[in-house]
Amino acid sequence: MTTLHPDEAAAWGLAGKGRRGHDPSNPDGTLINDQSVRPELVLGDRDFHSVTETICGWNEAKTPKWWLGAFGLSTSIAGLGTLMIVYLIITGVGVWGLQNPVAWGWAIVNFVWWVGIGHAGTLISAILCLFKQKWRTSINRFAEAMTIFAVICAGTFPGIHVGRVWMAWMLFPIPNSNWIWPNFRSPLLWDVFAVGTYFTVSLLFWYMGMIPDLASLRDRATIRLIDKMERGVQGTALLFDKIAAYAYGFLSMGWRFSTRHWNNYEKTYLMLAGLATPLVLSVHSVVSFDFAVSIVPGWHTTIFPPYFVAGAIFSGFAMVLTLLIPARALFPGMKDFVTARTVENMCKIITVTGTMVGFAYITEFFIAWYGANPFEQQTFIRRMFGPYWWAYWAMFTCNVVSPQVFWFKWCRTNIPFIFLITIVVNIGMWFERFVIVSTLSSDFMPSAWGYYSPTFVDIGTFIGSLGIFMTLFLLFCRFLPMLAISEVKNVMHQAHEHLHPHDDHHGEGH
Amino acid sequence: MAHAEAIPTPPVWGVMAEFPDITSIYKAAHEVRDAGFTKWDVYSPVPIHGMSEAMGLKLSRITFIIGAGATTGVLGAIALQIGISAYEYQTVVGGKPFAAWEPFTPIIFELGVLLSAFGAVFGMLALNKLPMLYHPLHKKERFLRVSDDRFVLAIEADDPNYDASATGAMLKKLGATHVDVVEA
Repeated sequence: MTTLHPDEAAAWGLAGKGRRGHDPSNPDGTLINDQSVRPELVLGDRDFHSVTETICGWNEAKTPKWWLGAFGLSTSIAGLGTLMIVYLIITGVGVWGLQNPVAWGWAIVNFVWWVGIGHAGTLISAILCLFKQKWRTSINRFAEAMTIFAVICAGTFPGIHVGRVWMAWMLFPIPNSNWIWPNFRSPLLWDVFAVGTYFTVSLLFWYMGMIPDLASLRDRATIRLIDKMERGVQGTALLFDKIAAYAYGFLSMGWRFSTRHWNNYEKTYLMLAGLATPLVLSVHSVVSFDFAVSIVPGWHTTIFPPYFVAGAIFSGFAMVLTLLIPARALFPGMKDFVTARTVENMCKIITVTGTMVGFAYITEFFIAWYGANPFEQQTFIRRMFGPYWWAYWAMFTCNVVSPQVFWFKWCRTNIPFIFLITIVVNIGMWFERFVIVSTLSSDFMPSAWGYYSPTFVDIGTFIGSLGIFMTLFLLFCRFLPMLAISEVKNVMHQAHEHLHPHDDHHGEGH
Repeated sequence: MAHAEAIPTPPVWGVMAEFPDITSIYKAAHEVRDAGFTKWDVYSPVPIHGMSEAMGLKLSRITFIIGAGATTGVLGAIALQIGISAYEYQTVVGGKPFAAWEPFTPIIFELGVLLSAFGAVFGMLALNKLPMLYHPLHKKERFLRVSDDRFVLAIEADDPNYDASATGAMLKKLGATHVDVVEA
C-alpha cells in the first residue's frame, strides 16, 4: 500500500475514483477520518474466483459443529412454541392473559415487533440500492432472509389471535356460502393486505436476487460431479453432489449468465427496488393505523405512521447486526465482505433512527400537553409514572439513550460492544410495542381500568417464535448463498476495469 | 464447409469462445456486433457495465409488463372494494358513505405494488425464456465456470453470418483463449 498525500487522496475520492492501493483505509476497511475517500468494499485482495470459493464454500463445507448445536437448540425452542400454539388452539385464546380492557396482549406486541424487525431487509435491498450505497451488497441477502423469517413469525400471531384459527381464511375476500365479505374500511383488513404484499414482494425480491447465486452453486456441484465420475467414483459418494446439482438446478431455473438476460434482470431489479421503497414505508404505516384509527387516548395520533416506520428500521438494523456479528465471526472469510466499515455504517443508521424515535416519544408528550385533552394527558402521565412505569423507562433507556453511544468512534468499531447495544435495542423496541398495547389498560373511565399480565403461554409462544426465527435462519445459512455473490463481484474493481483501462497498473502519476 | 467428410457429425448449436478478462470480451463484443451477427450472446459472472450497449441491445421491455401489472392491481383493487363495500355487502360503519375512496387507498396501493412485483419477476423470467430445463451450453464443463470467473462469447449456428470455420477463427483473432464447437 502506497502512502498518499491526504489532499491527493481527497481529490481521488471526490472524483469517485478511490481505488485499491490508493485508499488510506485501515486494513479492516475502516477509514481514517477522511470521509471523501471511498473504502474498498471487498478486502483481502480477492479476485472473482476467491469470492465464489469463499461464499459457496460456506454451503459446501462439512456441517460445522456449532451449527448442529445451534440448530438443535433453536428447533427445541421452536418445538416449545409449537406446543404452546397447539395448546392455545385446542383450548382457546383464554389461555393467554387477555381480558377487558386489554384485549390485545403480547400477541399484538409480538406481531408489531416482528413486522418492525422485518423492515431492515427491504430497506437495505431497496432504499440503499436506490441511493447507490454499495456497501449494502454484502448484507442485503442476509437482511432480506431475516425479513422473510421475521414476517413469518409476525404473521403467526394475528393468525392464532383470531381465536378460531380454522376461520382465518375469512380475513381474505373469498366468496363463501354465508355470503359474508370483509370490511374494507377497517385498518385490520388493510393490514392483511399490507403484510401479505410485503411478505410476497420481499420473497420475490429475495428469490430473484438469489437466482444467479443458486446457479453458481449448481454449476459447482455439477463440476464436482463430473470430476468425481471421471475419477471413477460411484454410488453414494455422488449422492450429495447429485442432490445439490438437481436442487440448485431446479431453483436456479436454467440461469446461464447471459448478457441478454442480465439486461432484463438489472432493469427488473432496479424497478423492484423502486416498488419496494414505498412499500417498506407503507407497511408499518398501515400497521400503525391499527392503533391510530381507533379513538383510544394515546393511540389516536397522526404521528404514528412515521414514528412506527422509524422504529421499524431501527429495530430491523439492530436485528441484522445481532445476527451478522456472530455470523461474521463464525464463517471464515466473511469479515472481508462484511467489513468493519459496513458495521460502522449500520451503527450510524441505528443512531439516526433511534434519535428519530426519541424525537417522536418527546413530540407525543408535547402534543398530549399542548392538545389540552385531559384523557390524552393522563394516558401519557400514566405511561411514565403509572403501573407500567418500568416498561416505559426500559423503552426510553434502550431506544433513545443507548444508540447515542454510536456518536463515539470507539463504540462504532468495537464489535462485542455493538452486539451488546443491538440486543439492548431489540429489547427496547419490544418494550415500545408493549407500552403502546398496554395503553389499553386505562382509557376514559377509571372504573374500567385494569392491569394486564401475561401467562406462561404468552411467554412460551413469544420465546417459541424466536426459536422458529432462528431455525429458519440457520437453515438459510446452511443451504442458501448467504451473500449476494454476483452483486459483491459487481462492486469489485475487477468488474469495471474495462471502463478505465489506464487505472490498472499505473502509479499515482495521474 | 461445403465438402464435408462422410462421417455423420452431431448437429452444431454454435461456437463458444472464452476470453481472459472483461476488457478483452468487452472489445470483442463491439467487433462481433459490427460484423453484423444477431444470434449471439456474452456470458459473464456479473452484468458487465456497458455490455448491453456494446452488444447493441435495446432497453428491456420489462417496464411495460410492470406497468400492466400496476394497472391491473390498481383497477382490480378499486373494483374489488367498491364492488363489495358499495354493492355486494353494504356495511354501515360510522355512517360513512359506502363508496368513499379514502379508506380504499391503502389496499389500492398494496395491490398495485403486489401485481407490479408479480409482473416484474415473472415478466423478467418470461422475457428470458426461463425456466429452461436444457441448454446446449450447460453440457460444456468450461462453460460452467462462467458462474465463477470466466467470460464466454457464443455465436449460434442459426445466425445467418455463421460459418463453421471462419466464425471460430474470427473469435480467436479477437483474443479468445479457447474456442469450442457446441453440439446441440
